[in-house]
Amino acid sequence: MAQITLVEAVTLALAHEMEADPTVVIFGEDVGVNGGVFRATAGLQKKFGDERVLDTPLAEVMIAGMCVGMASQGMKPVAEAQFEGFMYPMVDHIVNHAARLRHRTRGRMSCPVVFRAPWGGGIHAPEHHSDSNEATWAHFPGVRTVIPSSPSRAYGLLLAAIRDPDPVIFLEPKRIYRWQREEVEDNGEELPLDVCFVLRDGTDVTLVTWGAMVKETMESALELEKNGVSAEVIDVATVSPIDMETILESVAKTGRCVVIHEAPKHCGVGAEIVAGLADAGIWHLKAPVKRVTGYDTVMPLYRSEMNYMPSVERIVHAANETLEFE
Amino acid sequence: MAATIASFKIDYFQFLDHEGRLIDGVQIPAIARDLKQLVSLYQLMTQTRVFDKKAIALQRTGKLGTYASCLGHEAAHVAIGSAMREEDCFAPMYREYAAQFCRGVKMSDVLMYWGGDERGNDFSGPKHDFPWCVPIATQCLHAAGAALAYKLHGQPRVAVSVVGDGGSSKGDFLEAINAASAWKLPLVLVIVNNQWAISVPRSKQNTARTLAQKGIAGGLASVQVDGNDLIASRWAMDKAIAAAREGRGGSVIEMMTYRLSDHTTADDARRYRPQDEVDKAWKNDPLQRMRIYLTDQGYWDQVKEEEWLAKCAERVQAAVEEYQDRINNDPQPIDAMFNYMFKNIPHHLEEQRELARRFPAKGGHH
Repeated sequence: MAQITLVEAVTLALAHEMEADPTVVIFGEDVGVNGGVFRATAGLQKKFGDERVLDTPLAEVMIAGMCVGMASQGMKPVAEAQFEGFMYPMVDHIVNHAARLRHRTRGRMSCPVVFRAPWGGGIHAPEHHSDSNEATWAHFPGVRTVIPSSPSRAYGLLLAAIRDPDPVIFLEPKRIYRWQREEVEDNGEELPLDVCFVLRDGTDVTLVTWGAMVKETMESALELEKNGVSAEVIDVATVSPIDMETILESVAKTGRCVVIHEAPKHCGVGAEIVAGLADAGIWHLKAPVKRVTGYDTVMPLYRSEMNYMPSVERIVHAANETLEFE
Repeated sequence: MAATIASFKIDYFQFLDHEGRLIDGVQIPAIARDLKQLVSLYQLMTQTRVFDKKAIALQRTGKLGTYASCLGHEAAHVAIGSAMREEDCFAPMYREYAAQFCRGVKMSDVLMYWGGDERGNDFSGPKHDFPWCVPIATQCLHAAGAALAYKLHGQPRVAVSVVGDGGSSKGDFLEAINAASAWKLPLVLVIVNNQWAISVPRSKQNTARTLAQKGIAGGLASVQVDGNDLIASRWAMDKAIAAAREGRGGSVIEMMTYRLSDHTTADDARRYRPQDEVDKAWKNDPLQRMRIYLTDQGYWDQVKEEEWLAKCAERVQAAVEEYQDRINNDPQPIDAMFNYMFKNIPHHLEEQRELARRFPAKGGHH
């Protein structure tokens, strides 16, 4: 078994499903000969040919619109937006069409497409290359939004996303594309969508996060441990729809919760989780629920980006605030 | 050094003059001599007009929601639909009913849709055809995607999409042209240029001599035709579809017509459009031109016209009854709002479905 990175796990899942399902095609800018700017599709055109891995003209609206067309006619396109900041032109086709084709036609047509994008900040990239826009997608009915946080979850969740009969936005935390290596067996086994993963058991406080923030959150749990605080860590993974059941179960045990995300606070996915706790978990809560998030500002250029990103220090501070309540 | 390295021309085609007579000195296409087929196409044009009038009446009397009329576009729409095969794919905008009737969509389906019932989009007719498309010009890219799917699968199928003069200003249309060029797609893009995008006249979309020439920029075969001349429109469609099917790439056809109606029943064109322009356009009525032609050829007469109109009225009435019967006696259950969001319904939607069941709106839809 190979030790691979998150981005290599993406490539592995793509290759696996292209082999297994001849209707899967890869569609995007620079995905072919170049193998994608982050190498997520490296070698795939050579292996599967240019009718399976298609370099498109530079046109995001076209990529999204043609995916709707292809997916409705028996293909399974896996589109790549080069960066999450270039997904905004795709909104019309994703929201008005991909997400509602099944609904609008009473099931006559469907749109099994995956829109992948490198997502989030922290890699010192140029402007418009570092947004955390998952709440944009999570708000729209009819589309799932999935974010892996480790090589094995990237492999299993991407397989599930491609096999899902409906559109999935698959956001890849580019900051941890090459952070850790993990043994990932290419066994074609998918992981379930719509469920959270409990990464660490704990009894005093529940830390809920997703994507690259799993790194800082796990580090925070270790910091807290030093002071005798036992933190449970949950990777939400599918941020729409949210598996509130797992989060509620954890909070029933710990009575305290901190939600951590890199995206702006206002109307972020964290707000939905906190509302879910207020609705169904309020009797379990011993302390106010805290959010540690990016600020409600534009993502700064790279010299300042680390001031924007939630840090271990901020997470530990928020967790300690909840611990002031017995 | 200076040299012309590219230049272009746009050809315009018209075979039937405004009085319904074949134009002298032009090579007349075979379709002009296929009078039996032309009679059936003319009949569909007429039936569509009877339907359209009835739909507007239903809206005015509160029995239908906002409706987009197709008045004046009948020749263009029939030409588009009749030139296609069943296995081809149609991505319409929202007023090409006659094209869809050619493909088996029922009048009652159209009424269901504008009557506020999603089942209208689960229409009779090819199951791979796209539903009505309100976000302007987006359908062009769906057709381009379908065309790419057919090409990758090696299927001799063609995708056809329709956009208006207003829609031709959108990036989606231009990106579809570009895609058809990049992959040599079996795609036919028809600009049904009816001169008005709600209240904005053609002259304000841009100052180019034609809209067809946008196709030239992507390297597509591009022509302009008289969209009120069924013969010219159908001839251009046949040519473009054959080229697409044979792997010779995509086309743009600009069909020149006129929106004789308001944009929709929610619009009042008198606020922005001079009546004398509309009066003049009525003199170029596509139905009248075809009727004169068929009459001159001995294939149509006043008796046939009256018999056919009576038949149309019967058929339209039956469609209205089917529509009303279905919405009144077989309405969609509340569950339907939730059941098609996903194939695998997530837990939160199950909860919301339960809630909706408990609190149905009182007194029906309004």
